[in-house]
Amino acid sequence: MKKIEAIIKPFKLDEVKKALTDIGITGMTVTEVKGHGRQKGHKEIYRGAEYQVDFLPKIKIEIIVDQPMVDLVVKRIMESARTGKIGDGKIFVMPVDEVIRVRTGESGKDAI
Amino acid sequence: MPPIDKADTAFVLVSAALVMLMTPGLAVFYAGMVRTKNVLGTIMQSFILIGVISLEWIYLGYTMSFGPDVAGIIGDLSWFALRGVSVSPHEAYGPTIPHLVFAVFQCMFAVITPALITGAFAERMRFGPFLLFSVLWAVLVYNPVCHWVWGMGGWLRNLGILDFAGGLVVHLSCGAAALAAVTVIRPRKGYGSDNFIPHNLPMTLIGTGLLWFGWFGFNGGSALAADGVAGGAFVATHLGGMAGLVTWVGVEWIHRGKPTTLGAASGAVAGLATITPGAGFVTPNAAVIIGCLAGLLCYACVASKQRIGYDDSLDVVGIHGVGGVVGTLLVGVFATRAVNPGGADGLLAGNPSLLLAQAMGVVAVGTYVFCASWVLLKIIDRLFGLRVPEDTELQGLDLGEHSETAYSA
Repeated sequence: MKKIEAIIKPFKLDEVKKALTDIGITGMTVTEVKGHGRQKGHKEIYRGAEYQVDFLPKIKIEIIVDQPMVDLVVKRIMESARTGKIGDGKIFVMPVDEVIRVRTGESGKDAI
Repeated sequence: MPPIDKADTAFVLVSAALVMLMTPGLAVFYAGMVRTKNVLGTIMQSFILIGVISLEWIYLGYTMSFGPDVAGIIGDLSWFALRGVSVSPHEAYGPTIPHLVFAVFQCMFAVITPALITGAFAERMRFGPFLLFSVLWAVLVYNPVCHWVWGMGGWLRNLGILDFAGGLVVHLSCGAAALAAVTVIRPRKGYGSDNFIPHNLPMTLIGTGLLWFGWFGFNGGSALAADGVAGGAFVATHLGGMAGLVTWVGVEWIHRGKPTTLGAASGAVAGLATITPGAGFVTPNAAVIIGCLAGLLCYACVASKQRIGYDDSLDVVGIHGVGGVVGTLLVGVFATRAVNPGGADGLLAGNPSLLLAQAMGVVAVGTYVFCASWVLLKIIDRLFGLRVPEDTELQGLDLGEHSETAYSA
């Protein structure tokens, strides 16, 4: 099992969610986060004064999937979250030791 | 006893209520511009004054400002606790409305003026010393200046200086006090390096709307009658505000490339502040010119603030101070008896002497208010300390000074 963590542009969330639902992903966790990569923030102007804002609002999506699904999920996230402009985000894939469903106590693949 | 006019009385009562609404309006106008940790502290610095200054006003403020004159400088204390201020009119202060109605209308002006100053030292002042400063400032600065300009026998009034609704008494005086405050209280921690970005501009825009709405009572009500002068002041107020709004946004669009909502709010308030002293003395076309000049000059001052190094956090000097000076001087240019027979003719109506008198008013009020406020702040700072401790400043005034937070985490 793998955890796929994607940092995306906030306005892309609906598209990404739809793309994942379409391939049978049933659950995900979404968090509002702030950060920057090479994009390095943006400029804001208040009463004629310019401020550099380093941390931009982003959305973090966390999904746990079984190994065979990983490549497809990554591909769909890339397709749906991509604008081609700087700041589209990143995808991290990491191993997950165990998954347990709280209500039933099921574990492993069945609990995803 | 002169007869009471019911329409005049109703109009001034409603105007007083409108001016009262400006103080909570100002509170949210300012609160939107500070960071999330200082929202309640900023609101409180305006809101508390509705209580505290009203109390000061009925016991001391009204009699010092409008009571029987002593040497042109101050009113005596014979109207202490509103003694003798009754439902019968006072011939100089609204001859057709109850004297008490004039007193409560003026109370609202006394409340909002020290509240305006709080924008200068936002996000770093201790609440107790702030309260002490505000009350002493009302007694030692606002009341005398109010008497000089508006009280019967006041020396500036006797010089023929015109201030319809508070260009000198309210706006220049809060601006000069704000300038004194930023020279005494050092900039916020991180000023010049950290981002001081407004936390909620929609809140500031709601505040601007409330201020604008209240300003119709502020300026219109200053006619003290539901008459043509009030109508002219009402129209001039609206035109001054809109011209300031449009000019500020236009200028910043050219200068910085983007029209901003904070610019729209700031320009409107700059225009409204600047038209205040002339609202009842100038034509609608003059009001538009005054509003445009307000938008241009206030923007220029606010935008060049950073080079000076003082942290006038919410631009009280650049908007109210500059607006008060510009507006008061422009009365000397645009005033005409054709609009208000009780006023005077200015430069364009062939009378250069009014401009000179207005300039004298600016120098006298500006100098006195700056010096008195500076001394007052220095003394309070020495005795009690004006500034919150560093950890409170980092944590925010909401939690540090009031044990509350505006937004749950």
